[in-house]
Amino acid sequence: MTRFTVEAPGALALVEDLGRPGLAHLGVARSGALDRAALALANRLVGNPDGAAGLEILMGGFRARFDDETWVAVTGAWGRVTLAGRPLAPYTAGRAVAGAVLEIGPAERGARYLLAVRGGVDEPAALGSRSRDTLSAIGPAPVAAGRVLEIGAAPAASVPLLDREAAFPPTAGAATLALLPGPRADWFTDAARAALFDTGWRLSEQADRVGARLVGPGLERQATGELASEATVPGSIQVAGDGRPTILLADRPVTGGYPVIAIVAPASLDAVAQLRPGQEVRFRHG
Amino acid sequence: MSRRLLPSGDAALLVECDSLDEVLALHDALAAEPPVGLVELVPAARTILVAVDPERLPLESAATWVRRIPAEAAARRSGHVADEVTVDVVYDGDDLRSAAALLGVSTEALVARHQAVEWRVAFIGFAPGFGYLVSDDWPFEVPRLDAPRPRVPSGAVALAGAFAGVYPRQSPGGWRVIGRTDAPLWDPAAESPALFAPGRRVRFRETGRP
Repeated sequence: MTRFTVEAPGALALVEDLGRPGLAHLGVARSGALDRAALALANRLVGNPDGAAGLEILMGGFRARFDDETWVAVTGAWGRVTLAGRPLAPYTAGRAVAGAVLEIGPAERGARYLLAVRGGVDEPAALGSRSRDTLSAIGPAPVAAGRVLEIGAAPAASVPLLDREAAFPPTAGAATLALLPGPRADWFTDAARAALFDTGWRLSEQADRVGARLVGPGLERQATGELASEATVPGSIQVAGDGRPTILLADRPVTGGYPVIAIVAPASLDAVAQLRPGQEVRFRHG
Repeated sequence: MSRRLLPSGDAALLVECDSLDEVLALHDALAAEPPVGLVELVPAARTILVAVDPERLPLESAATWVRRIPAEAAARRSGHVADEVTVDVVYDGDDLRSAAALLGVSTEALVARHQAVEWRVAFIGFAPGFGYLVSDDWPFEVPRLDAPRPRVPSGAVALAGAFAGVYPRQSPGGWRVIGRTDAPLWDPAAESPALFAPGRRVRFRETGRP
């Protein structure tokens, strides 16, 4: 069995794949990698299927030793990555010989690295997925220092000879996200709906895999009264009683009692995973 | 019966009904014949979320499917008889007395009624496996606690509004706790991880005395 040892997980390292859709009626969120495109790309770089489990590493500070020879790729956030002491270019596959150490430095751009290993991280699946759901505590426990992770059997596909995938670092400036109509837009005033698009929002410190709270003006309702809890989708922008919006993410509770004014388009949702506290966010019509 | 379709991004729509009864009836009708490409069907108190894989089921087709479920089919509860589970309860909750007092009945009468009626799991919300149970024969509306408890123990049997429920694991919560059970409410390793899956019928049964 091929394996590697995580010597330093950094702030938070989680096993994630593309999640567990189809269980929301049981109260189970999809979960899975927040930056789905980055996980799929990392997997492709080492010849894995898109949905193989990798590690989602928050802000860097990660170190692992490969007990056996394998291939690795790091995507998502952008920072200094070394393999056996030599720089590993972002979004390229590197061959780790037995005993090689992979070090992922502090994220200079973006917030979440995605690490793929050839064969995928082979932790026990729960409800059909190896993803850690941080809210419901389903799936593999957060990776602690010293944890040995098994690697699955190498896939049939070989490691691509050339990295043909374009590498775009996450933006360090204002991120522009496309919005689609939400179910309760009519609960808000015209001014609030306009302010959503006219405001330069900022990501607050309260941002995790459950939701990303934004800082900006309060969004005023025209409908008063209570909303009976209803199901949400990832990317829903829920507006709390104080008028502050939160983008609900992969580990959100699947139902919520605050009205959803709009929904971040799936293509823009990966970018939310790479926002850093204080970073500017603008919305456009998607 | 009215049915309003609300947008929820490019891969889901939210169907709004007039009442929970209509939600339950429409959910039964929709769940009876799910089309290929349906990813989630999530009932709640007034709504049903219909989430699709747009490459296999375009959202417009899903909307047509929802609109075409005939009102009479939706109004009639589906013919299949849902399975029933019995949950053993010790009625010694911290809020049993206050709940009974708020309703103007004795604790004995409240406990007897809780067991006498047939409950049905309307939907799951709040947390994995937390079922909202309703009954046509349950006459009470129970106000929530003014301040939620930071920790409600796993297995707490509780009431809020017109609903009954059981906490699948320790969590904060504002429902009034009337008892406790050892029933396995939530087991991710089980083939059917939620004991209270939507549509299931539930009976409570007093076991022993506190």
